[in-house]
Amino acid sequence: MSQVFDRRTIVVLVLLAAAAILVPAMNMLAAPGSAFHLSDHLVPLLGKYLAFALLALSVDLVWGYCGILSLGHGAFFALGGYAMGMYLMRQIGARGVYANPTLPDFMVFLNWKELPWFWYGFDWFPFAMLMVLLVPGLLAFVFGWFAFRSRVTGVYLSIITQAMTFALMLAFFRNDMGFGGNNGLTDFKDILGFPIQAASTRVVLFVASAVALAGGYLLCRWIVTSKLGKVLVAVRDAESRTRFLGYRVEHYKLAVFTLSAMLAGVAGALYVPQVGIINPGEFAPANSIEVVIWVAVGGRGTLAGAILGALVVNAGKTWFTGALPELWLFALGGLFVFVTLLMPKGILGTAEEWWERARRKPKAGVAPDALPSAAE
Amino acid sequence: MNAPVTPTLLYLDNVTVSFDGFRALNALSLAIDHAEMRAIIGPNGAGKTTMMDVITGKTRPNEGTALFEGSYDLTSLDEADIAQLGIGRKFQTPTVFDMHSVEDNILLALKDDRRPFPTLFSRRTRLERERIDALLERVRLTGHRHRKASELSHGQKQWLEIGMLLAQEPKLLLVDEPAAGMTDQETADTADLLRDIAKTRAVVVVEHDMTFVRDLGVKVTCLHEGSVLAEGSLDAVSADERVIEVYLGR
Repeated sequence: MSQVFDRRTIVVLVLLAAAAILVPAMNMLAAPGSAFHLSDHLVPLLGKYLAFALLALSVDLVWGYCGILSLGHGAFFALGGYAMGMYLMRQIGARGVYANPTLPDFMVFLNWKELPWFWYGFDWFPFAMLMVLLVPGLLAFVFGWFAFRSRVTGVYLSIITQAMTFALMLAFFRNDMGFGGNNGLTDFKDILGFPIQAASTRVVLFVASAVALAGGYLLCRWIVTSKLGKVLVAVRDAESRTRFLGYRVEHYKLAVFTLSAMLAGVAGALYVPQVGIINPGEFAPANSIEVVIWVAVGGRGTLAGAILGALVVNAGKTWFTGALPELWLFALGGLFVFVTLLMPKGILGTAEEWWERARRKPKAGVAPDALPSAAE
Repeated sequence: MNAPVTPTLLYLDNVTVSFDGFRALNALSLAIDHAEMRAIIGPNGAGKTTMMDVITGKTRPNEGTALFEGSYDLTSLDEADIAQLGIGRKFQTPTVFDMHSVEDNILLALKDDRRPFPTLFSRRTRLERERIDALLERVRLTGHRHRKASELSHGQKQWLEIGMLLAQEPKLLLVDEPAAGMTDQETADTADLLRDIAKTRAVVVVEHDMTFVRDLGVKVTCLHEGSVLAEGSLDAVSADERVIEVYLGR
C-alpha cells in the first residue's frame, strides 16, 4: 500500500481536504463583504470543476495508463447525470407546473398517461445511485466487449466512441425517449429533502464532490500501482508482447474501461444537482474531446495532472467566456496545440521537471546519473 | 482431453496459409521433440515468421493440423491460451516494456494467474522474488534491475526478452533472429544461453546468421516457398543442391 501514497498523492489529498474545509468556511463563516468571503454562486461553480476533475481522472485512467483514447466519455458522464436528474425530477412531485404527483411536467405536456417502466424506482435515492454506476458501466461493458474483442484499437476506437456519444445525443433529443427531449431535465426542487438552491445544500454538494474526487483518485492510484496497473501500461506500450505473454488483453481493457465509465457516471451525478440541469447537449462529441484536452494539458498518465488540467482549463473557460466569449474556442484550440508541441508531459510533468532541475543545480559538478556505458 | 495423437511436442502437418492467393505456407510439415533445439533457415518470404504466427495463434491456417503436446489444437486457440499452454515467443526486434523497470518486465512475465482480478490483488511473494533474482542473474541484468528497459542497449533488450520468455516457464520457445544486431561476442554468448536453455526445453530458432547456426550445432530445417526444402545437420543441409540454389548461393 505504501506505493499508493507517494508525494504527489499526499499533495492532492491535502489540497482536496483543504478545499473541503476552506470553501464551506469562507462561504458560511466569513462575513459577506470581507476579503475572505466566497459568494454563494461560486460554491456550485467550484463544485462543478471538481465533478469535471473526476471525469478527467476517469479518462486519464483509460487513456494515460491503458492507451485507450476514448472520445466518448462525455456519454458516460451524461448518463450518470441523467440517472441523478431522474431522481431529482421524481422529488419535484406535485410542485411541478402541472401539479401531477407522479408524472414530470414534460410527460404531462406530451400527454402521457403513466410513468414509463424505466422511470420506476428512481424516486428512491439508493436505486438512483445504483443506476448512476450501473447504466454507464453496462454501456461501457457492452460497447467494450464488442470493440475490444474485435481488436479495434487506436484512432478507429476513438472514432467509434465519438459515434457512440453522437448517437446517444440524437436519441436523447427525441421526445419519445422519455427523458425530456431537448429541454432535458430541470427545475429541480430538492435532494434528499433539502432544498437544492439553498447555500447549505450547495456547500454539502461541494464537499461531496471533493470526497468523491479524493475517493476516485485513491481508487485509481491503487489500480495503477498494482500489478494490474503494470499490465495496463504494458498493454499501452506493447500490446502484442503482452498478449504473447499470456495476458488476455481485451479483458484488461474491458475491466478498466467499465470502471472508468462508472467513475465518469459518478462525476455526472455530482454535476447535475450543482448546475441544476441535464440535457442532451452533454452528449455532444465536442464535450468528450474537451475532456481529453484537459488531461493532455494537465499531464497524461499522472492522474494528478488530469485533475489539475480540468481545474485550470475550466477556470480559464469561466474567465474567458465572461471576458472574451467569442475567443474561447480559439484559446482552447491554441492551448491544445501549444501543450502538444511544447509540453508533451503537460503542466504537471513540465513543472516537476523544472523542480527536479532546480533542485539539482546547487550540486553542480556532480556527475549526472550514471549513464549507460557505451561498452555494454 | 483426448489421448495424444503424436508423442512429439509440436506437430505441424500439411499446414497451408494463403493471403489473397499468395501461399505463405504451402503444406508445411514439421515436428519438434521435447527439449529439442531446431534452427530454421531460409530466404526472405520462405514462411518462417508465418509459421511462428500459426504456432502462436496469431494466424489461422486455411488447412492443416497444428498440435501441441499431441492433444492441444493450436488452430483453435488464441495467443493468450497458447502462451499459457507453454509456448513463448521472442520477436525479431526486441520487444520489451520500455516504461517498466527491468525487474518489472520479468515480474509481468512470471508464470502466474493471468486474469485481471487475481492480478489486481497479486502481491510479490518471496518465491517470485527469488525467481526474478535467478532470472536476472541468468540473463546478466542483475546490475540493471532498477533501470527502465528503454535505457538498455539493443543486446541487453534481446536478453531481457529471452529472460521474460524463461519467466513464463514455457515448454517451447520460438526465437526469431536472436543474433540480429549483436556484436560477435554477444552472438556467441546468446548461442551459449540458448544451448543451455535447450537442455530442458524445446527451442526453435529462426536465424539468417550461418555462423550462429553453426555455433548452435543442432538439426537444421530449411524452408522455401512455404514448405520444407531440406532437413538434417547443417553440413548435410548446406551440401544440398537445392538449398545452395535458393538460399546459400553458389
